[in-house]
Amino acid sequence: MTFEYAPALESRAIVTIKPKYGHFINGAFVSGKKHFPTINPATEEILSHLSLGSASDIDKAVAAAQKAYTKTWSKLSGKERGKYLYRIARILQERAREFAVLETLDNGKPIRETRDIDIPLVAAHFFYHAGWADKLDYAGLGQSPQPYGVAGQIIPWNFPLLMLAWKVAPALATGNTVVLKPAETTSLTALLFAEVCQQAELPDGVVNIVTGDGSTGATLVNHPGVHKIAFTGSTEVGKKIARAIAATDKKATLELGGKGANIVFDDAPVDEAVEGIVNGIFFNQGHVCCAGSRLILQESIAEEIIEKLKVRMAKIRVGDPLDKNTDLGAINSREQLTKIQELAAVGDAEGAQRWSPQCNLSEKGYWFAPTIFTGVTQAHRIAQEEIFGPVLSVITFRTPQEGIDKANNTPFGLSAGIWSEKGSRTLWASQQLRAGVIWANTFNKFDPTSPFGGYKESGWGREGGKHGLAAYLKNGKESGAK
Amino acid sequence: MSFYGLIDGSEKSLRNFLDQLSGVDQVGAESRAAMLATRSIKTTSKRWAIDTAISMVDLTTLEGADTPGKVKALCNKAVRPDPTDSTVPSVGAICVYNDMVSIARTHLDSIGGEKVPVAAVSTAFPSGRASMDVKIRDTQDAIDAGAAEIDMVIDRGAFLSGNLGLVFDEIVKIREVCGEKAHLKVIFETGELVTYDNVRKASYLAMLAGADFIKTSTGKVAPAATPPVVLVMLEAVRDFYSLTGRRIGVKPAGGIRTTKDAIKQLVLVNETAGPEWLTPELFRIGASALLNDLLMQRMKMDDGYYASPNYVTID
Amino acid sequence: MVATNRIEVKKTYKLFINGAFPRSESGRVFEVLSKKGEFIANPCLASRKDLRDSVTAARAAQHGWAKATAYNRGQILYRIAEMLEGRAEQCAAEISATTAITPLKAQSMVSEAIDRWVWYAGWSDKLSAVTGATNPVAGPYYNFTIPEPLGVVVVTASDSFIDFIDAIAAAVVSGNSVIALVDGGLSVPAMTFAEVLATSDLPAGVINILTGSLDELAPWAASHMDVDGFDISAISKKKRTELKVAGAENLKRIYSADGKLTPSRILAFMEQKTVWHTIGV
Repeated sequence: MTFEYAPALESRAIVTIKPKYGHFINGAFVSGKKHFPTINPATEEILSHLSLGSASDIDKAVAAAQKAYTKTWSKLSGKERGKYLYRIARILQERAREFAVLETLDNGKPIRETRDIDIPLVAAHFFYHAGWADKLDYAGLGQSPQPYGVAGQIIPWNFPLLMLAWKVAPALATGNTVVLKPAETTSLTALLFAEVCQQAELPDGVVNIVTGDGSTGATLVNHPGVHKIAFTGSTEVGKKIARAIAATDKKATLELGGKGANIVFDDAPVDEAVEGIVNGIFFNQGHVCCAGSRLILQESIAEEIIEKLKVRMAKIRVGDPLDKNTDLGAINSREQLTKIQELAAVGDAEGAQRWSPQCNLSEKGYWFAPTIFTGVTQAHRIAQEEIFGPVLSVITFRTPQEGIDKANNTPFGLSAGIWSEKGSRTLWASQQLRAGVIWANTFNKFDPTSPFGGYKESGWGREGGKHGLAAYLKNGKESGAK
Repeated sequence: MSFYGLIDGSEKSLRNFLDQLSGVDQVGAESRAAMLATRSIKTTSKRWAIDTAISMVDLTTLEGADTPGKVKALCNKAVRPDPTDSTVPSVGAICVYNDMVSIARTHLDSIGGEKVPVAAVSTAFPSGRASMDVKIRDTQDAIDAGAAEIDMVIDRGAFLSGNLGLVFDEIVKIREVCGEKAHLKVIFETGELVTYDNVRKASYLAMLAGADFIKTSTGKVAPAATPPVVLVMLEAVRDFYSLTGRRIGVKPAGGIRTTKDAIKQLVLVNETAGPEWLTPELFRIGASALLNDLLMQRMKMDDGYYASPNYVTID
Repeated sequence: MVATNRIEVKKTYKLFINGAFPRSESGRVFEVLSKKGEFIANPCLASRKDLRDSVTAARAAQHGWAKATAYNRGQILYRIAEMLEGRAEQCAAEISATTAITPLKAQSMVSEAIDRWVWYAGWSDKLSAVTGATNPVAGPYYNFTIPEPLGVVVVTASDSFIDFIDAIAAAVVSGNSVIALVDGGLSVPAMTFAEVLATSDLPAGVINILTGSLDELAPWAASHMDVDGFDISAISKKKRTELKVAGAENLKRIYSADGKLTPSRILAFMEQKTVWHTIGV
């Protein structure tokens, strides 16, 4: 007899999903004219219908944000702003399980991750930024740094509520008001967050949420009433935004794509490195901009690591995201699944060797087994293009410098991992790598105090920590240079 | 002895072998163990896990105040953990001090517990501070009294002072004393070795020297069988199996008191060494209080309501 | 005494690329006249190929420059100030000859420029203290953020010698390599300044100076995929949009100064790197 884990489903009774949602503008829900369905990617069940944000919806939301900025939010002291953020953090903690279940239903990610990672980090992010609101003079941006006004924020579907927190918390702490456009496929937790704003009695119009698709986002970017753009998403769209605002004075922070290198040296702590590789690429189905999607292995231990990795991958539990024992959930959308399938097929065609453990994937919903490609070289497309799925490309190197050179051989520069037990080598590698976030003997760790953001085509600016505040503030008066 | 053809038995070759083991990152090992602790084991799998855990318990009494009466009572419990329910399996073994071995053996045989082995703690347990001769005599004494399993302690002082050859030689000698008659479990006292790197080194050292089982702790030192320590040991036996084709057992002991704790251990086994280790031949849990909690949880699953300690025997 | 009717030996103005003074590969020059219309010099009219060569040189030099200790970079910048002091008179004369600036004012401008180098030199080993951080993450990790140079930065200057110095110094102090695009009469003192650089222990390729037309060169700089940062301070507002659009192709960091002397200008061409490491025994 073997140790089969019986289904351990988290109850969905804790969430109430309305059949139809409007936008959240000026403190109230207002229905849009057109609606579109939002589904559970694990089952293809239609969860609800969301309003498709039109130009006039964006107008109203920006006007509400502008009014709230002028009339209330900019007049409030930092101390009082901070208290609203603390309230939000506390309510998020109180309702954490509800958010976790809803996020899992809407996104397809495992409940273990929403429960243990996404939602706790969301609350932590608000709690952290709440404390900044009345301390901005000490942020290294001069005396009385000033907010921009209305921030237009566009977030992706991979960490729906967490990305909302990364955007909304610093914007509000620094005194900006917000119009947020959640991702088309994952808006439900943002709309539940609107209820949290109501419970926290946040002044009307400080946070506005307009649901919709790419066109809604583009309208927001181009709206003349928006002074600051914050976007997380693909590099392709990031470039479009950079062009769209070129003629304006709008500031932008862009958190874009990546092709993170996870470098394993021959003196790595092997078992933890294998865990780190798994966490690097299979966390959140690989839907992570900073995923360690390129495994860069020192040739002398490549065989051992790959063997252990395969054994470990066979233990990955793929299945119902609401099952507390699921490690790998559903791919977020049909569109994303197709993209992953296409790029994996390119890997096959280019002659890389594909391997996946035996997985019983459900007929319904969108699924992709954890996959590694060995025999990959820099010239392969799967070594260069972001797949944004549970697909790992394995590349080998002979000397430390060669490993670094391969890691840096990409237009991206978001994240990298280093696995070594030798401190001096780790610090050397961390200096050589051209990436904004370096994880040494760990991977995919996030914290509100820790600045996050990319080099090169992975984006502009940082989110989190002291450095993240700069994205939402005009420099204040500096004490004289001379 | 051939030491699996991996070393020649000299301290130098042992050292060379241990030096090429990869290090353990504390944070990584602990977070893996913590992640596995979130596994939710329910219904049929919980029922299976409880019975499996019962069959793996080394029911232990290691007190200065142990008496023949106490040991006999424990033997009764070992054979029939729940006198009202014959479907409950007997435990993995009885674990006692040397002078109680023959009492336990005789009593077990007299109550139909012939299949329950007696384990004796040996080599100047728990400190290990005695001469080699005394340790050998100690072990021989236990085997003569009927012990089928020897739980020896390593010389932690020698290990920590870098005298790995001494630690190794002691295990080799005790292994010789055990011969075919007794299984050898080697106790590291991981709470004294402190680092996971040491736990990994000690695991390989003991396996190379001929251990049948590697065991975390004496139960006299805290921390003892923490999940990350057991994780590192399970990794060692898994990798040793791929090196040699031989499966070595693992025995966490100390601090495992609840069904939840025990199930976490089984999850660790399942997802680290693999399901092949989910048998009393390869995994034991050294415990005393744990058994009653397992029985109470079992009753709850059968009856559908929460049990009371009044309904499980206190021996 | 030298006879007063001696014929002066005049300087041939060239470009400054990779530590050398080549002529423009295009063979083109442009005429710089004084305010009164007198001929002063024929600086090179740099071409896009000169720009391309400069980027190649700058890229090759950048890693070593960034790797040099901050102390070393600070000393080299300070050395630039020392060397400029020796050429101050010549620079001032060229400034006043090519602009409406009086000789006295030009002298004080060069003095100010020298002091700027001293100011920037001091920043090299303080940037990470002022803008870095150790971050108290909620877990057993050591986590710190440090500023790092961006890579290759193109800067622009057209009227003011001080702006020209600021643009270069702000970009170079952190470990970037720089290509300065200079147009008009500023090209004359700019090339004298290049001679200062050539004697300042500055590694070849770390600072390159191209004279010519900003209108011609800036779009090529903006679209160059191996340029990481672009200081467009000397570009007129209405021409900036086009450059920003072109720069979006590799998401260049594009910056324009507001005229204040501030470390923000240095930081505009730096990245912030965050490093996590586990803490354990």
